[in-house]
Amino acid sequence: MHEEIIFAGFGGQGVMFVGQLLAYTALAEEKHVTWIPSYGPEMRGGTANCTVVVSDEPIGSPVCKHPSVAVIFNNPSLEKYEAMVTPGGLLVVNSSMMVHPPTRTDLEVVMLPATATASEIGDVRVSNMIMLGAMLIHRALVDRATVEHVLIEKLGTRKAHLQAINLTAFERGITLGQTQQASV
Amino acid sequence: MAVELLKGNEAIAEAAIRAGLEAYFGYPITPQTEILEHMARRMPDLGRAFIQAESEVASINMVYGAACTGARAMTSSSSPGISLMQEGFSYIACSEVPCVVVDVMRGGPGLGNIDPSQADYFQVTRSAGHGDFHAIVLAPASVQEAIDLMVEAFDLAEKYRTLVFVVADGLLGQMMEPAQLPPMKPVHKNRPDWALTGAVNREPNIITSLELNAPALEEVNLRLQAKLAEIRKHEQRWAELWTDDAKLVVVGYGMSGRIAQTAVKQARREGMKVGLLRPISLWPFPEKRLSTLADQVDAFLVIEMNAGQMVDDVRLSAGGQVPVSFYGRMGGVVPVPEEIYHEITTLYEKLTSGE
Repeated sequence: MHEEIIFAGFGGQGVMFVGQLLAYTALAEEKHVTWIPSYGPEMRGGTANCTVVVSDEPIGSPVCKHPSVAVIFNNPSLEKYEAMVTPGGLLVVNSSMMVHPPTRTDLEVVMLPATATASEIGDVRVSNMIMLGAMLIHRALVDRATVEHVLIEKLGTRKAHLQAINLTAFERGITLGQTQQASV
Repeated sequence: MAVELLKGNEAIAEAAIRAGLEAYFGYPITPQTEILEHMARRMPDLGRAFIQAESEVASINMVYGAACTGARAMTSSSSPGISLMQEGFSYIACSEVPCVVVDVMRGGPGLGNIDPSQADYFQVTRSAGHGDFHAIVLAPASVQEAIDLMVEAFDLAEKYRTLVFVVADGLLGQMMEPAQLPPMKPVHKNRPDWALTGAVNREPNIITSLELNAPALEEVNLRLQAKLAEIRKHEQRWAELWTDDAKLVVVGYGMSGRIAQTAVKQARREGMKVGLLRPISLWPFPEKRLSTLADQVDAFLVIEMNAGQMVDDVRLSAGGQVPVSFYGRMGGVVPVPEEIYHEITTLYEKLTSGE
């Protein structure tokens, strides 16, 4: 197993956090993992993204030109990254923020209304957990129980009040991922 | 100690603290500010010194002063800040006080940008300041290696009474990966006999970089050069992979060495006899190993995030025996494995087609 995953969206959508959560989870399962953020001018208003590499083997390059999975939170990121995903890869798209649907026919595409669902649950900021849940249905990189365990640990006592809503969002993402059969 | 997911910059800072760092002086600059932030959080709690200086010039001179007392002292910065510190580096080198400096390089020249770069290679390996000297320069390629080399940097600085650089690029500074920190070492309170400690019941020590008498300054230089020759003899470090039967050896340090590893691995999978040599000490450069490899291989390919700087050292080490090619990206652009793989295959085809 070797997957190169890019998470991309606006600052504030929890893109960096969800990438780190996946990285912490991979470490908890004793997998090899790297996490790199985009930083610089992009952080100030444009797209924010991070790349996570998860592997059974030691990781050489933490950067990649063609990720095998792209988890896309907004339309500018879809326009930027759709073309870069490696053929046969997975594209998970937040359809609430999408202007035009993806056009690639050589990818597995999963579309789900993550922002709308997050608002429905009660906090627009948990769209990241919905996206992660849906992604893991189509690429079982880590166990969902480990994600939940690590999430609770990372939120700690200071943010314990956010546990329930994040776990609910994660569950909803899993359900949406299951019902949204990937179109190839 | 447990394996944790650590960010490069924070791991560097915590490793220095655990190596017994007694005083940190610095000034913020991206992409290394997390080092300063971590020091600001941790050092006062441990009863150690942390000062955010008014500038890089002040930082390095504070490091110089603290190190004169025998304390483990360091600063960290990124390329433009390192340029500002050059006068201090030269004074430190001449005064022979142990200091550690971290340079998390960014795109240049000038103010450049805050993206990853290796364009300070010449600056740190040649002398990093005016006058004849070299600092020891160590270049990690992973968060774990950054931790290990930070600890080693202090030991080397004290062993040789010299300036030691640990150089990373913005990518390693910002990257998170699993790594293990060393146990906490206490600050060592025993001061070396050359240190400035108040001269109670002894003759005063003098630490200076001023010597107005030319023959006397030549003596100082001869002593420094003898020390550098010792370092050059004993402290060459590198890592290598698949070099045994290699016709082509890719040479890269830090993150570009690591990115190249993915490309070399791909080439190996496809049956090409390609190896990787990753210099860990940039000064002293691992010239002995390069020179031996030059007898065995048909060519070297050097990968850097600059216009071609270390390639000069590879050419000197290879001594004209085999061709040395170069591929680099500049201005904060990070090469991806595909580009390096393309360079490898192009060169390898030429080598094996007998051209």
